[in-house]
Amino acid sequence: MLAVRNLTRPGLEPTSFELAGGECVALRGPSGAGKTLLLRALADLDPSSGEVTLDGTPREKMPAPQWRRRVGYVPAEPGWWSERLGDHFQDWDGQAGPAHRLKISPHVDERRVSQLSTGERQRLALLRALEHRPEVLLLDEPTGPLDEEATAAVESLLREKQSNGLAIFWVTHDKRQAERVAGRRFWIDSGRLREAVLEDAKGR
Amino acid sequence: MTDYIRLDYWDLALAAALLLGVAGLSLALQLRIEKKLLIAGLRCALQLALVGLVLTKLFEAVSPWWTGLAALAMILFAGREIMARQERGFQPVWAYGIGTSAMLMAAALVTVFALTTQIKADPWYDPRYALPLLGMILGNTMTGIALGLQRLTEGARQQRPGIEALLCLGATRRTALLPVTRQALTTALMPIINSLAATGLVSLPGMMTGQILAGVEPLEAVKYQLMIMFMIAGGTTLGAVTAVFVGLYRLTDNRDRLRLDRLAGD
Repeated sequence: MLAVRNLTRPGLEPTSFELAGGECVALRGPSGAGKTLLLRALADLDPSSGEVTLDGTPREKMPAPQWRRRVGYVPAEPGWWSERLGDHFQDWDGQAGPAHRLKISPHVDERRVSQLSTGERQRLALLRALEHRPEVLLLDEPTGPLDEEATAAVESLLREKQSNGLAIFWVTHDKRQAERVAGRRFWIDSGRLREAVLEDAKGR
Repeated sequence: MTDYIRLDYWDLALAAALLLGVAGLSLALQLRIEKKLLIAGLRCALQLALVGLVLTKLFEAVSPWWTGLAALAMILFAGREIMARQERGFQPVWAYGIGTSAMLMAAALVTVFALTTQIKADPWYDPRYALPLLGMILGNTMTGIALGLQRLTEGARQQRPGIEALLCLGATRRTALLPVTRQALTTALMPIINSLAATGLVSLPGMMTGQILAGVEPLEAVKYQLMIMFMIAGGTTLGAVTAVFVGLYRLTDNRDRLRLDRLAGD
């Protein structure tokens, strides 16, 4: 589905990999290794060179907004452009089901966005991205600020989306989470991406 | 315009003594503004004396070329002022380019419009009307553009997470930056909207005061002032909208990315 060949930007060495539909790949690596740089380049938020295609169509062949609707990206600290939560969704009322699944209080929209907890905002940003039905989802520490229960809820929701064909590129610090959610695991260090076989060989 | 009271140099010296007086006050209170005050006062005197001389020559010549040259010089100076007022904004070359071209377009359009259809000077480029009119429109347009560009770049920096969140959900650069664009234009137009609203109640505009001091009937001066205010409002809006939109495109690229790396000081 998503094919990346020699993707390069400052701080990132030429990177190539493929992500199949319904596949989840986990990416780990130390802070400052280039995880966020890679995700931002994949979402085309920063200039980068190399070939990135979705279902065989190079990203240059479609307008950038369309690319980003199809390749969703949820950063580690999601941004909000309005204090009213409902402004961030096309149909906030339609989110009641998934919000409940993610253990979000049904009265969450009575508070201003800046008054929500980091964990609530993180889950709501995930819902916001899922609402646009992306084909690929790039996640940067989606459960970083969450407790075990909420983490399990997020993983379960994403597993369901995955079985419906969503491809996920999941950045996490947690090795056990990587093993839980992902079929393949990547390791990045100093801007160099590797399959995790090498990571294990190094005894990490 | 016959019965106005001429000032002689002694009167001016008295007025300047006031400046010296407050400089002394600053010295006594250790405020350390006396030096800046005196230098600014001196600059003002020199610049105005020079302008007086130049205007006298220009008014005698009534040449479209010399008038145009003077107008161009004014616009280039104003562009420099816009550039200097950007703090961590566009790189100087871009601030100058965007500011000057937006101002050139807006101020020229509005000034020519006023000269040819309302004032009907003969010839229309008569520097006696063209240059003061351009000066007033330019001064305000310059402030509007400088404020608008500054607010645009500042807003894009501060609201980057929200802007990028919108971009990530498939918004175009225009949509994602619409809130910042609105804020920039509100800021740019605030001074002129305020002065439209407060004029006459709080302050008597300088030009009107000048005409009244020169012996013009108050109602005649009011008519002139109204025309000028409307021209200023139109010119400022045109200039600020142009500059902010060009700025918006400079702040983003054709892949709808927010390019804060194109700003100075990053």
